[in-house]
Amino acid sequence: MSPSTVAGCIAKLVVAITVVTASPAAAHEGRAGGKLMLTNGVTTIEGSSGGGISTWALIAGNETVDGIGGSAHVSVILLPDYRWESHGAAIGIHDRLELSYARQNLDTRDVGAKLGIGRGYTLNQDVFGAKLRVVGDAVYGSPYLPQIAIGAQYKHNLDPQVVAAVGGRNASGTDIYVAATKLLLRQSILLGTTIRYTKANQNGLLGFGDDRGGNRTVQVEGTLGYQIARQLVVGAEYRSKPDNLRFARENDWKTAYAAYAISKNLTATAAYVDLGSIATAERQRGGFLSLQTAF
Amino acid sequence: MLVLALLALLQTAPTPPGEDPVAPYAMSDANAGGRPFKGVAMLEAFNGVAGIDRIVDDLVTTSQADARIGDIFKGQDMIRLRRTLREQFCVLLNGGCRYTGRDMATAHKNLGIQAKDMNALVENLQAAMRREGVSFPAQNAFLGKLAVMKPDVVTR
Repeated sequence: MSPSTVAGCIAKLVVAITVVTASPAAAHEGRAGGKLMLTNGVTTIEGSSGGGISTWALIAGNETVDGIGGSAHVSVILLPDYRWESHGAAIGIHDRLELSYARQNLDTRDVGAKLGIGRGYTLNQDVFGAKLRVVGDAVYGSPYLPQIAIGAQYKHNLDPQVVAAVGGRNASGTDIYVAATKLLLRQSILLGTTIRYTKANQNGLLGFGDDRGGNRTVQVEGTLGYQIARQLVVGAEYRSKPDNLRFARENDWKTAYAAYAISKNLTATAAYVDLGSIATAERQRGGFLSLQTAF
Repeated sequence: MLVLALLALLQTAPTPPGEDPVAPYAMSDANAGGRPFKGVAMLEAFNGVAGIDRIVDDLVTTSQADARIGDIFKGQDMIRLRRTLREQFCVLLNGGCRYTGRDMATAHKNLGIQAKDMNALVENLQAAMRREGVSFPAQNAFLGKLAVMKPDVVTR
């Protein structure tokens, strides 16, 4: 990522924070927010609230059933052969419905030249998400009933010619999923799993399905965290992936993360990520950094 | 027989000094809303009954002065609240007390408590436990006991 892009991201975040801190206090007379620290999760690379790579059943923003909250985020992943940047925003309506948007940009650097799309060619995608909390509460109520949500992510790849060139069948597609998340207070352990029905190749950045078919497959995400302090959770995530394309292998994703709530309105997440092979470039392991503001 | 046993439980204990009378109800440790922890590890983490009393005093004082939820306590019997809250925490933490208060649904009826009110109280409790030096895992384990009570407390 070029310095100007980084500066752009920071500028967006600053604007987001300014907007966030300026308005709700006046509207709610000091009763803005309401969720406990970190219980809104952080933002995934697809824009929905969760961990870094796994979508959780949590609803974005700090508001409870009595209000409308939201969040904005910027994430960067530095890999040996790629640079990832994503940013977006989400609103959480009455802790029931989450609507999210994320823009994903993958700088292919030298791999771009190898694939014949040009050095430093950046693949772009828009992800529109909707998530509905069906039942349960991640923090309160019975420890045996997790918060369960269903959701969909419509992904619109902005580089259809690249998708076609690598053998992707479609340039857009929709993931549907069901997620279950619970903070086991007795043990300070956060548990979650997501079952995702998807045909996305590398999250959709290489299109959806392949020339042999466009069928979705069932993939699984899992998260296991430990809450060390009120503001700090450490954990690991796993995400299985389809392997549709013939030109390159696709591996499951793994991360080890730490999420720190700097304040109720600002959470920083750092992670070590292992994304495996991406479009013929092997062993993509690196660092993930994300900043989220929420109200 | 069962009816007689229930009637026997329906005690009309004398109103403790400084407290307002409340409608008669069946007294039971079960009214505390959770099973006590086993052993003494949790009680020790809270510095015994003296620690529990300090945490409850801190929690009540902080919450009364809290702009978010202070109004909820206006017009309530705060002497009784402090006493029954100490008893409840002590019972749940296996401190050898008896809980003489009402069950959570009855005690919170008509208070109109919202989810964010309960979260604000939890934050004040976390701060009180922190000031008492309770370890974070023990804090969370205790909050786990209170978390299951939310449906009886949050009615709006």
